[in-house]
Amino acid sequence: MSGTADLRDSYDVAVIGAGPAGMVAAAICAGAGLSTVLLDEQAAPGGQIYRAVGETPVRRPAVLGNDYWHGERLVRALRASTAHYVPGATVWSLSREREIGVSIAGGARLVQARRVIIATGALERPFPIPGWTLPGVMTAGAAQILLKSSGMIPQGRTVLAGSGPLLWLLAWQYLNAGAKLDAILDTTPRANRKAAWPHAAAFLLSPYFRKGLRLLLSVRRRVRVVAEVGDLRAEGEGKLQTVAYRVGDGVETRLSADILLLHQGVVPNVNLAMSVGIAHRWDEDQLCWTPVVDGFGGTAVDGVAIAGDGAGIAGAWAAEERGKLAALAAVRALKPDARREQLPDEMQVRLALAQVERGRLFLDRLYRPADRFRLPEGDTLVCRCEEVSARQIVETVALGCTGPNQMKAFLRCGMGPCQGRLCGLTVTELIARARGVSPAEVGRYRLRPPVKPITLGELAVLPKSEAAIKAVVRG
Amino acid sequence: MFRRLPDAGEARLAVTIDGKPARARAGDSVAATLLAAGVDHCRTTPVSGAPRAPYCMMGVCFECLVTIDGVGNRQGCMVPVEDGMAIEIQHGRREIER
Ligand SMILES: Cc1cc2nc3c(=O)[nH]c(=O)nc-3n(C[C@H](O)[C@@H](O)[C@H](O)COP(=O)(O)OP(=O)(O)OC[C@H]3O[C@@H](n4cnc5c(N)ncnc54)[C@H](O)[C@@H]3O)c2cc1C
Ligand code: FES
Repeated sequence: MSGTADLRDSYDVAVIGAGPAGMVAAAICAGAGLSTVLLDEQAAPGGQIYRAVGETPVRRPAVLGNDYWHGERLVRALRASTAHYVPGATVWSLSREREIGVSIAGGARLVQARRVIIATGALERPFPIPGWTLPGVMTAGAAQILLKSSGMIPQGRTVLAGSGPLLWLLAWQYLNAGAKLDAILDTTPRANRKAAWPHAAAFLLSPYFRKGLRLLLSVRRRVRVVAEVGDLRAEGEGKLQTVAYRVGDGVETRLSADILLLHQGVVPNVNLAMSVGIAHRWDEDQLCWTPVVDGFGGTAVDGVAIAGDGAGIAGAWAAEERGKLAALAAVRALKPDARREQLPDEMQVRLALAQVERGRLFLDRLYRPADRFRLPEGDTLVCRCEEVSARQIVETVALGCTGPNQMKAFLRCGMGPCQGRLCGLTVTELIARARGVSPAEVGRYRLRPPVKPITLGELAVLPKSEAAIKAVVRG
Repeated sequence: MFRRLPDAGEARLAVTIDGKPARARAGDSVAATLLAAGVDHCRTTPVSGAPRAPYCMMGVCFECLVTIDGVGNRQGCMVPVEDGMAIEIQHGRREIER
């Protein structure tokens, strides 16, 4: 693994995040002759979809599926390029002057770049139900990480609950691996089908359609699926013991369970982009904050672009194409004389992007999470770190608190170690509903560097540049 | 709660969890090591003392905070496990950096 010592002080291009978008972008920039660094906090390249693709202990290729192994090609192209890929590198700050604060193996460094491509991907949307903090409850994505990185599958009574493609993908991968699933509780509201219907024709032409359908049918044949779950709770003393649910408003069913895996879609990971002052808008289709970018992922912050799901959820194939576009823009700006044969053809990239983005609205509408699972009530915890409940938030709005940043001062929500990553969307939406205004009007937690925790020891070795001091003095 | 696929390679590393010996596979994170060892929680919260276990496995939620080789508040899901590591469950509030 590279240490901070191998890092140069400056690069033409710094790419943050080694998922499909970042790997492709870094390889193209390097191929055009630009000095390029690719920083990623994971131990190996791949991002979320291709996590651990070069080193997964899952031996049988059929378990994770062909789409997963496609990542090997991207990793090979990256390794064959001159891009300096640094694993275990956590970026904790980015300034408008494109100075990057990064920690590698316990040492902090500042790196300067002429262009920065943020490719930090997505996170799973919060799924605040009663009991979601109990040990035994985790996200479907977390469970998938255990499978890809460690070859681990659930043992004991296992329930999957929620909505969205990733939930079904995990179920399929688990069944391929020989795991036993007790039930899938599908929380997709019935009304979503009607809302999605007008976009169905576009989705029929999407490459995701046939694959998705096949996967869905294959899972449905093998697992009990309960549709239209409208109420969901995890219960237990000190750990999960029971999953209680209702279909619609029907009677409650209780299942004994050891593991409950929750998922209701992914949202852009916006921390770094927000902290550098890139404008974000409330996306009513995807119910999340999305950075404002141009057709190349470029932002209003000079020299900083965003590629991949971090610029709005569009999936892994789109992430690759968007990585190419961001790289093209960087090469054109820094090396206008680069030979065309070294670069992807812009028209082809745009065509491919249009192809894979087709029908996205269908997926957004179909898998739009129900209000009830985004806007919890009563004692359900919203902020897991500081243990703040939905009721406390609503009551504080009644006291005149109008936004998330004020809410921090009242309740400490969003002030724990996760810095509001997990509760941010819930808090914004809860305040919006209580005030009867749009989330856009309520706004979001202000994010300041460091966006990832950094130790005093790491800071001590940093040169005291003005940017470094600004980066670590919290507001 | 979780088990390893039979062909997923051997757990050759030796670590301790709260002083008791446990095995880990090179390439696993500390959080995965705890889950594979059947540890049901890795910390208790500073506010109410409630037990918590890894939730996101990707560095977002900070539920996996543990003490590793005497250093508190390490994010277990982001730290690759190493031979000889002493991992401890973290109780309540820890000073932010020791
Ligand atoms: C847990 C999870 C699992 C998923 N699994 C699948 C799947 O199996 N199939 C599928 O089609 N889609 C999956 N997705 C959806 C995913 O968003 C893909 O569409 C795809 O991975 C997006 O590619 P990307 O290049 O935009 O970002 P990602 O692949 O998410 O890569 C982003 C990279 O940035 C790194 N990073 C983030 N912040 C920092 C930082 N501050 N410093 C350093 N590095 C950082 C991360 O470690 C990560 O490697 C998953 C999403 C999540 C959240
Ligand atoms: S399990 Fe969420 S940060 Fe480690």
